[in-house]
Formats: sequence, C-alpha cells, structure tokens
Amino acid sequence: MSESINTEVKTAPSGKAHLQVIQARPHPHRCWSCGDMRAEHFCGECGHVQPALPTDFFSFFGLPRLLELDEAALEHEFYALSRKLHPDVYSRATAREQAWSLEKTSQLNDAYRTLKDPISRTEYLLMLEGIQLEEQSKIATEQARAFGVEKKQTVPAELLEEAFELNMLLEEAKMGGVDDDLRGQLSATREGLTTRLNTMQDELRAAWKQWDSGDSEATAQMVDVLNRRSYLRNLLRDINDVLS
Amino acid sequence: MADDRVVGIDLGTTNSLVAYMGSGPSLAHPDAPGKGVFILPGEDGLNLVPSVVALDHEGHMLVGNAARDVLLHSPERAVYSVKRLMGRGVEDVQEELKLFPFRLAEDLAPGEVLRIHLGERTYTPPEISAQILRQLKRNAERFFGAPVKQAVITVPAYFNDAQRQATKDAGRIAGLEVLRLVNEPTAASLAYGLDRKQNGTIAVYDFGGGTFDVSILKLQDGIFEVISTNGDTHLGGDDIDNLLIAVAVEDIAGDLKVDVRRHPDAVQRLRNAVIEAKIALSSQEAVELEVELPDGRLYQRRITREMFEEMVQPIVDRTLGPCRQALKDAGLTVAQVDEVVLVGGSTRIPLVRRQVEALFARKPHTELNPDEVVALGAAVQANILAGGSAETKDMLLLDVTPLSLGIEALGGVTAKIIHRNSTIPASATEHFTTGVEGQVSVAIHVLQGERELAKDCRSLARFDLKGIPPMPAGLPRIEVRFLIDANGILHVSAREQRSGKEAEIQVQPSYGLTDEQVENMILDSFDNAEKDLADRQLIEARNEAETILTALVKGRRNEAWTMLGFSEQRKVDELESQLRLAMSGSDYHQIRRGIDELNQATMHLAELMMDAAVGSALRGKNMDSTGVADGPEAPHPIGKAEFS
Repeated sequence: MSESINTEVKTAPSGKAHLQVIQARPHPHRCWSCGDMRAEHFCGECGHVQPALPTDFFSFFGLPRLLELDEAALEHEFYALSRKLHPDVYSRATAREQAWSLEKTSQLNDAYRTLKDPISRTEYLLMLEGIQLEEQSKIATEQARAFGVEKKQTVPAELLEEAFELNMLLEEAKMGGVDDDLRGQLSATREGLTTRLNTMQDELRAAWKQWDSGDSEATAQMVDVLNRRSYLRNLLRDINDVLS
Repeated sequence: MADDRVVGIDLGTTNSLVAYMGSGPSLAHPDAPGKGVFILPGEDGLNLVPSVVALDHEGHMLVGNAARDVLLHSPERAVYSVKRLMGRGVEDVQEELKLFPFRLAEDLAPGEVLRIHLGERTYTPPEISAQILRQLKRNAERFFGAPVKQAVITVPAYFNDAQRQATKDAGRIAGLEVLRLVNEPTAASLAYGLDRKQNGTIAVYDFGGGTFDVSILKLQDGIFEVISTNGDTHLGGDDIDNLLIAVAVEDIAGDLKVDVRRHPDAVQRLRNAVIEAKIALSSQEAVELEVELPDGRLYQRRITREMFEEMVQPIVDRTLGPCRQALKDAGLTVAQVDEVVLVGGSTRIPLVRRQVEALFARKPHTELNPDEVVALGAAVQANILAGGSAETKDMLLLDVTPLSLGIEALGGVTAKIIHRNSTIPASATEHFTTGVEGQVSVAIHVLQGERELAKDCRSLARFDLKGIPPMPAGLPRIEVRFLIDANGILHVSAREQRSGKEAEIQVQPSYGLTDEQVENMILDSFDNAEKDLADRQLIEARNEAETILTALVKGRRNEAWTMLGFSEQRKVDELESQLRLAMSGSDYHQIRRGIDELNQATMHLAELMMDAAVGSALRGKNMDSTGVADGPEAPHPIGKAEFS
C-alpha cells in the first residue's frame, strides 16, 4: 500500500470510501525502478509512476464492484490521484514516464467520468457482468447507428398509454403548431413524465442495494429500469423539442 | 537554470504577448504585476506585439508594429489575423475571404493546408504564426540575455484538433518546444486564481479579437477543474470591425459615389479608423470618424455610442447562446456561479459588460488587464510545468475537450466515442472488423463535432488500418485506441487482436502538415538564419579588412615605413594584395585569415609608429596626428589610426 495515497484517503470527508479504498487496490506488482514488490499506481518505496495496466474502472480506484458509492469521496480520490499522475507533473521526466503518466491519467479520467454518474456507473457494471442492455440503451443506440439501422423501439408496457397520447399531441403540434391549449397539455405530460423519471431513480437505487448485498438477480431489475428510463427520456426530449 | 526557462505565450488573433513567472525572489521583477508574473516587453518597450507579419522589399520579415506600418502603405505585403486560418481548408474559409484581404494560393485543393501569398512566396498559416512566435521568443531572449527554448502557448478553448496541431507546428517551426497548449479562458482563470486561493465555481467569458470562448470551472484547493466549455472560433472584435467597415463602405458609396473596396490601402485606413472609433466609444459617448478617400476627399461621420451598440448588438448576442449551453452542460444554474471573469480586448465594450452582467446576474471581474491576463496565466502554467514554485505547487489544471470525437459509421452517421467536456487526457477503444473475405485494410474516418451526420462534423483524419492478416470476413478483430492528450490533440493506435499484430496506421490529418513538412520548414528557417549570420560575418570581415588596408596606406606615408627592411616591406606588400584578393571573394574565413596575417606582419611597423608618436609627443607635437590618441593599450595601432 502506497503510504502517500493512504494519508490522503484518510482526509476524505466520508469514512465509508476510506474503508473501501483500504479494502481493494489494484494488484501490487514489482516496481520497474527500484524493484519494490508493493508498487501500485506509484511505487510505495521510490514514488515512481508505474506502467498503465489493463484494469477495470472500479479496480483502478481500488473499489469493489458495488453501486452505492460516496461520490464526494470519489471526487477527493480523483483529485488526489490527478495531483500525482497528471502529465503536468511529468513534463520534465523521461519519455517513458511521460507516456505512462498520459496513459494512467486517461484511465483515471475515463474511470472517474464513468463512475461518478449513477447511470453510466450502472451501465458500466452491467457491461462488466456481461449483460447487454436492450433497445433503448445508449450502447444499443450507438450499435444501431454503427450498423446504419433504425433502432428498435419497444414501448414499455406501463408507458403504452401515455406514449400513445403523447404521440397524438406531438403529431398535432407538427401539423398545426403549438397553441396555448396544446402547450398546456404538453407541459402537464412533461411534468407527469418527470415525476416518473424520479420514481425510476428510486427503483434503480433499490436495485443497487440488492446488488451490493450480493443478490446478482438485481441486474435484471437494473436493465429493466434503464430501458424504461431511456424510453422516457426520449419522450421528454421530444416534448422539449416541440416546446422550445 | 537559465536555459530551462519556460515562457507563456498568448498567440492572439490581433495581438500576441509573452510572459514569465519567476520562481524565486531574485527573479521577481520590480515593476511586475502580481507576484512575479510579468509580461516581457519588446524592444520598443511595449507589451503587445500586433499579430501582423510583413515582408519588406529587401525580403526581411517584419513582425508587430513594424509590420503594421507596412500594412498601411502596402497591404499586399502584410498578413494579419492569420489565426483565423490556422488548421483550416480552402472550403472552410470562403466566408473569411469576403471580409479579410487574405491572398490565398490559387492552386489549393480541398483538404490541403492553406498557403498565403506574401511578397514573392506563399506561406502556410503555421509559418506565418511562427514568425510571430519567433519575435516573442526573441523578445524573451533579449530580456533574459539567454536562449529560450520551451513555451506554453494558449489556444481558444473551442479550437479543434487541426487548429491545435497547427499551433503546435507553428511553435516547432519557430524553434520552440511547446510543452503544453492551454485553453485561453483556463489560462485566464489561473492568473486570477493565483491571488485568490478560494473554492467555488467561476465562469470565464473570453471575447477576443477573433474568437469567443466561455468556460465554467470548479476551483477546489488549487485544482482548476473545467466542467464545461463552449464558444465560437470565428467570433470576435474582428467581426465588429468588419461590420463597421461594411456600413462605412456602403455609406461612402451612397454619399460620395466612391467604391472604397477597389482601393486596398483606403480600406486599411478605414479599418484603422473604425478600430480607433470602436476603442474610443468604450470611454466616450460619441466620436468623429474621418477617413481620407483615394480621390483626396474626406469621409466624415459622427457615431454615437447608442448607434454603435445598436449595430453590434447582434454580434454580442451571438456570445450568449454558448454561455447558456456551457451552463447547461455543467448542470448549473446562473445562481450557482460564484464569480465571472472577463477576458479579451472586446470585453472593454460597455455593451458586452452589461450583457454579461445581465446574463450571470453579477458584476464581472475586470481587475486584470483583459489583454494580458491570458499570457500571464500561460506563464503560471509554464511555471507549473517547469517544476513549480511555492506559489504554484498546489495548482493543477484539469481541462476538457471542447468537441465530441466520433467516427463515421455506415450510412454516413457520426458515432461519438469521446463526448465533449470530457476531462483530458481521455481515451476510447473501438473494435473494427472486415466486411470482405481476405480484406487486409479498413478505412476509418475520424470526426470532431456535435452533429449527427458525418458530413456536418469536422473531418480530422482519414486513415487505413493496414497489414490485417487475410481472414474470412468478420473474423479479424482490430482494436483501435483513440487518446486525446492534455493538449487536446488526438493520437491513434491500433492492434489486430487475433494475430496480436500491431497494425500499421498512417494518420494523415485532413488539414495538417506532415511531420516531414514541419521538419522542412524548421530547416528552412534555420538555413535562413545561418545564411543571415554568414552574410553578416562576411560584411563585418570586409569592413575590418577595409579598415586595416586604409591604415596601411597611411602607414606607408609615415617615416616609420622607411625604417622597415626591404624584405619586410615586400612581405607586407604581398599580404596586402592577398587580402585584397580575398575581399573580392565571399569566403569570410579567408578574409579573416588575411586580416590576421597582415596584422601580424605590420606589428613591427605599428610599434615603430607608436615610438615615433611618443617621441613626437615628448617634443611637443600633436599626438592626434600620429594616430595613437588612445595610448599604447589601443588594441590595434594601425586600425586605430583610421579613427584619428
């Protein structure tokens, strides 16, 4: 365990992340510079930056694959690692160390960006678990795009009625413009959908709790919420396009 | 230490500056604003170097104020606002060509690097920018009395990959190692943040000569984390000038029946006049615009601030959309922004200040000179990269990529792989395969921008993944890694995973120079520098030879000459004719050798002349006439005689 990292983690505002960080770290290896056997991102002995190794984003931060995450502590760790890994720190170092710093910092940034956002964190965990999201997911959208095909849209059962009504309203707006009456109806629909979106956040958090307590069945629940959520967001986007 | 100095450079559309942050008290400059960070002035004592490059009739490159003078009387021999052309292709700049007197080479193909006529040659935009950078480098070297080889250069935050690469190339051509490209608004935040170490969210509104940027940053314990950025790389004070010129041109055509556009020097005079008027209107309520027309008549027009504001309102309005988008991308409301900082000369316009104040609902900071703050910030970043100092040891800049990176997928759509506002360095890995049996290469088109269709995004590069082992269609698995470095510049590497073979990639930037081209441009300027030096040495050697030969002619008339032996006289005669022969050639080494030999051979004569002079002095004669007025320690008695 690198001592310098430890000290910084101890100042983290939350005790929970501290524990997590202590629990799991990227696997130690032999330092290229001094041969010490406890090297992680840096060598605990000589402080040199280590070569970037293939790693998943949770391991990079030394976190277990859990979804409830103290975002403030993650940010703190992100800043602490940035101070040590960033290419700015290595602008006078050897070309090799500069290259490692660049690689590691890009890993750090990619990992932080993915984990700090609850949705992308959930999607990433599902991907690590080998679970494909269905049609509405972002990845599916991009895959559909990559193959140049129209993305399949399966309407979640609970949203069938609303989606149908909304499409009528949107069609109306397209044909005859948005008058005050229509604007009012669209705004009301938007409000309703936004409330639902918030409910989904709660559903997702419930699924996280299940997953974190060791229930691997929770992934199915997460996939379901993400798909419904993504469909809902598309509806909201359509409303916003018309209203703006 | 002396050779390790890293300077900060603001390579602006209108003006450029070089700054430095000293890391110890001994380097602190007495007149320096704010904690040892200061602008390095030019030889003329001025901080701003106008970003104008001119070629005089003797073929000398002029930069800055000297070049601006050329612009007034021979506009065809000068180039300004070249930053607008950096990293762009001929099809991108059609709008600019209507407004700016750029004379592009006639044979440009789409996707090719632009070339601009200047005097008898054409130059690429990075070569022109390199002239400005070299001037700043010289200014810094003159200030320190030591070479400067490394720099941090600022770029608009909204610059794309090609524009950044072009800026880096310009640095290399100028003989500078560019340690980092820093975004201008971020640099400004560093300059502001140096004094006030506090946490919070700040918005930087940077409205310069040719570009507009807005960045939202989170400051926490010395970390400057950019949350979002937005802007327009073709929106600045230039646009205001062009608008005013267009109005005046129309006015003149209507009232005085003169088409000014057909007289480039008159357009330049008009340009200067409207710029002066614009500047004056920031402090006065009204100005008199007065321009001499080609036929000698005077165009006069009174402009009030109210008229001015009405005219430029649409331009200022164009900055507000990017501000709102940046806030939205940051997930913040106006109320969550703690401070607003104004950067760039155009923020001196009262209307701009009012609009920003209204949008962000708070009074913006204007403590630091808006023309200098970016360069000062670049110097702070340079100090950080050079190893830091007590003031910067906790400071770290985390910037973002302003534009999404994508690849062209089937059907000509953009598949985004790194989203805008991602903290850099950032990376993405994509997998590709083949569509045809035995296919050995795959073409990839890399794009930058937010639009859905590839044709609406900026093409960064097209490259072929080559050397794929022949396999059935769909079997190869080629992993391509896209990495945006801390400068915002893209790097691509690829590997075929089934064979484990590193695939060969040739990335040809769509609007960039190849490494080899840049290398040649460096050599070009190096050769010129060498040639300049050789020319100067030859001239100096000839002058010195001239001096010694003239002195010898005089010496022969001195009675000391008769005191030399015959063979000694013959020796001097022989060396004299040898030196004259060498002087007719252009080998300065040979001239130098001739001078040395003749010096040696006339040493005795010089001594005799000096003795005679001392003797004369004792006899009360005038010492000056003997040519030893400076006494015996004069380094070369014969040479000295010339100056008596």
